[in-house]
Amino acid sequence: MSDSVTGKAPPEAHPHHTDLGFWRTYVFSTDHKTIAKQYLAIGLFWAIVGGLLAYLMRWQLAYPETAVPGFGWVPEPHMVDGIIPPEFYNMLITMHGTVMVFFVAMPILLGAFGNFLIPLMIGAQDMAFPRLNMLSVWVLAFSSVVLLVSFFVPGGAAASGWTAYAPLSAKAVYTGVDWGQNLWIIALALEFASFLMGGVNFLTTAINMRAPGLSLFRLPLMVWMELTAAVLFLLSVGPLIAGAVMLLLDRLAGTSFFLPEGGGHPLLWQHLFWFFGHPEVYVIMLPGMGAALEILPVFSRKPIFGYRPIVYSTIAAGILSFVVWAHHMFPSGLDPRLAMPFSFTTILISIPFAIIVFAMIATLWGGSIRFPTPMLYALGTLAVFIVGGLTGIFNGSAPADIYIHDTYFVVSHFHYTLFSAVFFGGFAGIYYWFPKMFGRMMNETLGKIHFWLTFIFFNAVFFPMFFLGAGGMMRRIYNPLQYEFLQSLQPLNVFITYAAIVLFLGQLPFVVNFFWSLWAGKKAEQNPWEANTLEWTTPSPPPHGNFEAIPVVYRGPYEYSLPEVSEDWLPQDRPVEPRPVPAG
Amino acid sequence: MSQTHAIESRTDTLTGTGIPSGRLGVWWFLASEIILFGGLIGTFILFRHGNPEWVAAAEHLSLTIGTINTFVLLTSSLTIVMAFAAVDKGDSRRMRTWLFLTILLGFVFLGIKAFEWSTEIGAGFIPSTGGFWSFYYAMTGLHALHVMAGIVINTILFISAVLDRLKPHEYRIELAGLYWHFVDIVWIFLFPLLYLA
Repeated sequence: MSDSVTGKAPPEAHPHHTDLGFWRTYVFSTDHKTIAKQYLAIGLFWAIVGGLLAYLMRWQLAYPETAVPGFGWVPEPHMVDGIIPPEFYNMLITMHGTVMVFFVAMPILLGAFGNFLIPLMIGAQDMAFPRLNMLSVWVLAFSSVVLLVSFFVPGGAAASGWTAYAPLSAKAVYTGVDWGQNLWIIALALEFASFLMGGVNFLTTAINMRAPGLSLFRLPLMVWMELTAAVLFLLSVGPLIAGAVMLLLDRLAGTSFFLPEGGGHPLLWQHLFWFFGHPEVYVIMLPGMGAALEILPVFSRKPIFGYRPIVYSTIAAGILSFVVWAHHMFPSGLDPRLAMPFSFTTILISIPFAIIVFAMIATLWGGSIRFPTPMLYALGTLAVFIVGGLTGIFNGSAPADIYIHDTYFVVSHFHYTLFSAVFFGGFAGIYYWFPKMFGRMMNETLGKIHFWLTFIFFNAVFFPMFFLGAGGMMRRIYNPLQYEFLQSLQPLNVFITYAAIVLFLGQLPFVVNFFWSLWAGKKAEQNPWEANTLEWTTPSPPPHGNFEAIPVVYRGPYEYSLPEVSEDWLPQDRPVEPRPVPAG
Repeated sequence: MSQTHAIESRTDTLTGTGIPSGRLGVWWFLASEIILFGGLIGTFILFRHGNPEWVAAAEHLSLTIGTINTFVLLTSSLTIVMAFAAVDKGDSRRMRTWLFLTILLGFVFLGIKAFEWSTEIGAGFIPSTGGFWSFYYAMTGLHALHVMAGIVINTILFISAVLDRLKPHEYRIELAGLYWHFVDIVWIFLFPLLYLA
């Protein structure tokens, strides 16, 4: 492949072509690095919204039907003097899930990291289709606006759960939400279109535009993860797009795809949703783990343990993820004969993930480990994911799941998996690549404070939820005090709420650090972490067009502490000449 | 190999696999489209199987109109292939003619489809009439949207050909053709499922 890559540079990525003016440079840019920052901005904005929605929910669960501090301004009928009515609570759970999965996780982990890293890590000057890339981010921005508008239409935003189960979602009268739900469907359809375009771009770029010598098995694992995620997304989202069209027709044109009274089938929606929804879990998970996989060898000064097994496991998990979806539907009237095979595949999928986890741990073994903030977050990803993964086995087996499904056990389980990928993995990536993205270092002290607050209070919030779930507290319950058997659990709910508030406020050091470092951080060197991958061979931040010369790759990305060289790292693009005199 | 390369070249002809990026990208896109229509068509087949009485509803569709429209769309696939063949021979004038015919046939298909819909709606068969009609309108509607998108793509290519700007990017006719064939193939599935089954 090597010769055909060289000698051709996209005109958009001409290294000396920077006089584009403000709009083309910062707003309507085709540069993958600027687009990545735009995705990051969209994701971080929504993270704050998603966090506030969680705060409102937590207040209601700790002190049901009392005024939420700081939210007296929300007008009726949404909130009444700061008190959350049940319909508003339904909106909160719906929009919290929607925002966090589709507008935080995907923009940050795929949009920002994928766009920023794929061309830099494969030695390309830009994405394969730079204008399509710009279109993707702008479609996402438009989709964000649609979702934002849905909060303000009469009836409020969607309130049928982030999974929008029919028939609840298929008729306005059931939730009292009319245009909120319609706009929710439209926003999601646009979001899917945006990431479809993005996925096509990721795949084409990583397959076709690798630098000479960069064979598939020399790709950094982050690229493998983004690639697998893109394939999973492309091949799973179609039926849900069709489903979204059908749901919209049910709502607007009076059809009955999902309405039993008209001959439709509510379970159809669940199949269409989860056929996408489960691969989507890995679409989010894999890039988060990819960030950790990049960071662990760098700060252990050791090659990654089991590069190929990790790649094969990723592919295996990707394939398996298409045949596990019905484990979300065990208690929903699914034919029990189907539960067994889906339990089997679900528990099978823990094997590739266990391999990845063991590879992560083995990478640390015997390394000279350093603990800067990115490494702390990478270790946090690993630690938190282990808890999430292990509790998944309970959910995966149908007999156990029927008891714990739709309890706080499941809430806790998927927060342990997704929070680990999205926030621990995401923060690991942000702290690690910030110097490359913005050309400045982030503050270490603030970073470490941020990590410990997040790590401790994340666990304080979500670990007790396992007990709540085992105690029988239902997942989307509005007021736990209405059941006598849940009243003894109320102190736990209060504790969780205070921990959640500290967790939310614990993000303040990050916000301060982010903006302070953006303008006043220490100037970053080209390779501050002494890492091997190609993005560290360009200036920080890389210029338009990334590489002065297309690099030639000689080895895999994790060759640390080799005896052949005096430093303990060896960039992928540096040829090693045999030493004339043996060392020592 | 390692000097700065500033050679004027299209990004989408850049390739590491021998497959032009444009073609690779379109194939990935079509893969996701196959899953989209696959999900919808698969769902229809399951529902159709569970509701044998839908055959009565299907009988209200006009087989004649459906057949004519199938013929129109198949012909448009031929014309876009002819346009591409003309590109291969370096004959831009013929390429424009064939491309124009493709666009025209696209419009003819949509026109006939619109007429068909309006007669059906006139006869009282609207999406909410029953399960079969819900699927019929959803499937043919989504397909029609894809035809419209194809017409837009082909028109953009046609206009840039008329303005003599297509010359370095004539391979894009092939990419548009791939998509247009896909739209055609979807119809090849929809026609027997809706009109003949």
